[in-house]
Amino acid sequence: MSNDFVQLSLMPLAIGVLACIACALLGNFLVLRRQSMIGDAVSHVALPGIVLAVILSGTLDVGPMLVGAAGAAIVAALLIELVRKVGNVEPGAAIGVVLTTLFASGVLLLEQTDTSKVHLDVEHALYGNLESLIWLAGDSWGSLLDPQALAEIPPQLPRLAIVLVAVSAFIAIFWKELVIGTFDTAFADSIGARPQGVGFGLIVMVAVAAVAAFDAVGSIIVIAMFICPPSAARLMTDRMPAQITWSVVFATLSAVFGYILAGYGPLWIGATSSVSAAGMIATVSGIILGIVCFIGPKRHGIRGAGALSAAPAE
Amino acid sequence: MDAFLSALVFQAGYNTTVVSIGSAILGASAGAIGAFVLLRKRSLVSDTISHATLPGLALAFIFMALVTGDGRWVGGLMIGAAISAGIGLVVVEWMVRHTRLAEDAAIGSVLSVFFGFGIVLLTVIQSMETGRQAGISDYLVGSTAGMLRSEDETIAIAALVVGAVIFVMRRSFTLVCFDQEYAAVRGVNVRLTDLVMLGLLLAITVIGLKVAGLVLIVAMTIIPPVTARFWTDRPEPMPIIAAAIGAVSAYLGAIISSLDGGLPTGPLIVLVAFGVFIASMLFSPRSGLFAGNLRKLSFRHDVHERQGMLALARGKRIRDPVTLRILQRKGLVRRDGVATPQGQAAGAEVVRDEARWALYCRLYPEEAAGTTHQGVTAIKEALPPDLIADLDRRLSLQQAQP
Repeated sequence: MSNDFVQLSLMPLAIGVLACIACALLGNFLVLRRQSMIGDAVSHVALPGIVLAVILSGTLDVGPMLVGAAGAAIVAALLIELVRKVGNVEPGAAIGVVLTTLFASGVLLLEQTDTSKVHLDVEHALYGNLESLIWLAGDSWGSLLDPQALAEIPPQLPRLAIVLVAVSAFIAIFWKELVIGTFDTAFADSIGARPQGVGFGLIVMVAVAAVAAFDAVGSIIVIAMFICPPSAARLMTDRMPAQITWSVVFATLSAVFGYILAGYGPLWIGATSSVSAAGMIATVSGIILGIVCFIGPKRHGIRGAGALSAAPAE
Repeated sequence: MDAFLSALVFQAGYNTTVVSIGSAILGASAGAIGAFVLLRKRSLVSDTISHATLPGLALAFIFMALVTGDGRWVGGLMIGAAISAGIGLVVVEWMVRHTRLAEDAAIGSVLSVFFGFGIVLLTVIQSMETGRQAGISDYLVGSTAGMLRSEDETIAIAALVVGAVIFVMRRSFTLVCFDQEYAAVRGVNVRLTDLVMLGLLLAITVIGLKVAGLVLIVAMTIIPPVTARFWTDRPEPMPIIAAAIGAVSAYLGAIISSLDGGLPTGPLIVLVAFGVFIASMLFSPRSGLFAGNLRKLSFRHDVHERQGMLALARGKRIRDPVTLRILQRKGLVRRDGVATPQGQAAGAEVVRDEARWALYCRLYPEEAAGTTHQGVTAIKEALPPDLIADLDRRLSLQQAQP
């Protein structure tokens, strides 16, 4: 059992946890800035970029995919700005127009490609392939110390580890600017903290995290992780460092329990095959958020403030 | 191409005709309700609705497969989808009201969690022995190919009913969109109207799932209304224009999809709609890019001309090359920058206009603030002749007694 676990489940579990934490860390700022839908937009528009990269390069290599997705994200950002400014369209609708159009072109491109050559389909893009990221060379816990076996771990793991380090470094280095810019843009501007620059940096980091996680876990989990753990954490505390800690805890819990429930849960109730791990992780994060909505100590915030918060600050 | 043309004029067989007409009705209803939702600034709510249909769809499929052995009955799937989308909406409302989370966080979390759970259920269906997943994955990106005739007719009739309800409710919708308080004073139940609006949005989303797919049905309620905004500023024609754009996009998308059975309908409809959007953004005479730039250029021309004539009247030398060129072309200055007789006359007229306008602003400040006159065109375009005559009389009186 335990050797099976190392071979089949350790890597997906680790990759899931890393992806969830990386997204949740950034999500804290998105939620506070009322920019939650950016995670949604980024994960939708990555699809055409990835498909185009796969078609042009003819491989499923990660390099071109990342470039394609990043390119698509930039194109989307420019398009949204264009539609907003030129068309004088409100931001929510502008996002809606651009992301559905780009996603539609991605789906059409997918349908046009010869899927026998490269394996890529809509389902893959939506729910990832977490379960298939197995570590064949790792036949026991001892393999963790065996350089030969370690050389064969799925490439998603080191990649997400690097992204997680980059995200943590970004937040640590720009902590002061991020926090001030999140709560009081005008004040941040007045003391030279460059809220626009840091805000743009945040979006870039979101795109990087989304693309890296996208390939491993699919787009649903990315959206869920950007929003659910930070939202739950926000209902637990009023302090920023505590909120970040809570969000990491919730993200880790979602990843671990989601993966285990998806992989082993159906077996416990007598079914023969497992269910989608990405979907289950998103579900567990939702259950956590649901529970916190009822018992979170800071769930109400200031009474009556909810009515005022309907209009997003521009 | 021949096949496309014949489909376009309903010559490609009964099924294609029903599918394309049904899609057009669906597109029209989606565009019309989307127009009101856009005016109410709740466009992203439709994103929640469409993603939240998935678990209901899957549960209905599982339930029907267990009971009857076949889970693909479209009516049952629609009911399941409607229930779970309704639950999603209620959860969003509840979160916004009862927790400190903002609407975007509530929308995003409900959308992703419901969709995630739906995916879990889809993998359950995949593993079921009776599970014929082919039917259900059509709902992700939409497919009109191989639709049963009864399905076509169900969709067309349901979309028609929704369209009729929108037509009946249009006045209350417009009132609530623009002025809630006034609507309430007029006896419109704002909360109920909002509920009906969201209910219709939900209904059209569920009806359109099979045609456009649940990731993209949201586009049918967003892109046509946004496009319609380029063509009108008035609330009455906007839903009609949106409905027309929606109908054309859905009609063309469905036809292209039916020609090549492999292509999903949803993306085709969305791309056609986006094409109309881009064309409108560029060419709309009201707020299109070209028209806007033309207006900007002609405004700049007017300002240069006006300022140039003022300078002529005051005997100042014009140095700006653009101004000089414009005035030269009109024969108001000579090549060396000296005013011609016409130029002097025109300059004097402009100075008089300035004086008239200044007096008008002093006498009637409120009316002056209400006009669109910006002082770059002749004043007789902004004020009636008798008023100008009156202003002239007052001006000459003023000059007589300094």
